Amino acid sequence: MINSSYLQAVLNGVILGVLIRYFLLKRDYRQYPSYPHGVITHLSMAFIAAVIGAIAIPALMEEEYTAVTFLALAATQFREVRAMERIMLEELDKTNLVPRGPDYIEGIARVFEARNYLVMFAALLVGGATYWGNIFYGLVAGFFAYLVSQKLMGGKVLGDIARVREGRVSFEGPNLFVEDIHLMNLGMEKVRKEYLERALGVVIEPYNDDGRATLANNGQRIAIAHDAAALMGIYKDVDTPEFTPIVRRDLDTGRLALIFVPLEKDIEYLLEAVKRVPVLESAVSTPLKSYLGRKAAD
Amino acid sequence: MELEKYIVAIVTLDAGKVGGCGAPIFYASTKEEQDKVATYLSRVMEGIVHDLENGTYVIVKH
Repeated sequence: MINSSYLQAVLNGVILGVLIRYFLLKRDYRQYPSYPHGVITHLSMAFIAAVIGAIAIPALMEEEYTAVTFLALAATQFREVRAMERIMLEELDKTNLVPRGPDYIEGIARVFEARNYLVMFAALLVGGATYWGNIFYGLVAGFFAYLVSQKLMGGKVLGDIARVREGRVSFEGPNLFVEDIHLMNLGMEKVRKEYLERALGVVIEPYNDDGRATLANNGQRIAIAHDAAALMGIYKDVDTPEFTPIVRRDLDTGRLALIFVPLEKDIEYLLEAVKRVPVLESAVSTPLKSYLGRKAAD
Repeated sequence: MELEKYIVAIVTLDAGKVGGCGAPIFYASTKEEQDKVATYLSRVMEGIVHDLENGTYVIVKH
């Protein structure tokens, strides 16, 4: 005979845990690789995570300590999620016209792994609150867990660490410049003409030394080019690699220049798209937090 | 270290400026011919034409 308060705690924890995962899934639709089957995969994983989390408190109450050790076992399972996402995205990236780059992929994979842990934690919280309180307490705990997970998962965007503005596109001989930042050498006159007609240049100026160090990360730069292309549409095919958007760095100031040939020339939205590029977890660098970094900055 | 960028072909107006290398060299007699050959090669090889500004184009795979 199952104790009904246990059942209530577990059910409540599982349902709210899966719901939280579902709401988190919706938020990252743009980077999400596949719908609807990818979504089903992740909801199933969330279900497993929620069951493990929710069952922990009743198991403890019944002094079933072995059951609790399953939490640790489950953690290793969810590491697999990260590997799974990484492998799939890496494979898909090979056929991408503008690749995401390994740093961006690692970031996405890490998010998927972390969200399962969040679900497990939320289910544990809800299960506990329901068991010691009642369903109402469980719902409040669920809402609280949702708010916390939203806060934890909302990373910074490029607009927070740098000023993004339009830059003038020009050529000096075959060399392409956005303002005074050299991008590349383009040999064909026809290509140069197309660049002058269609290309948009963006200059990204970091607000401080932390931003400068973050923007120096090459993975972050590939991510900027990818997101701009994904949102704006790109004027490129496999046999015209010269139209690949690239981001280069001004060595003196740490500013970045993006050159991008969109299908629709709309600088306003391109600037907005660049501002919303996530700052990659692996790219974040904070030299200003150290004594030497602060000293070197002035 | 893996070689990620390499010259797949060279298109030149001046035979004296290139040679002794692994990539095939195409000689062109006019600028128009050079442009045309370079464009074809870059499309076929999926490479980018870079101008060395001495009458020589290199097609580089990135």
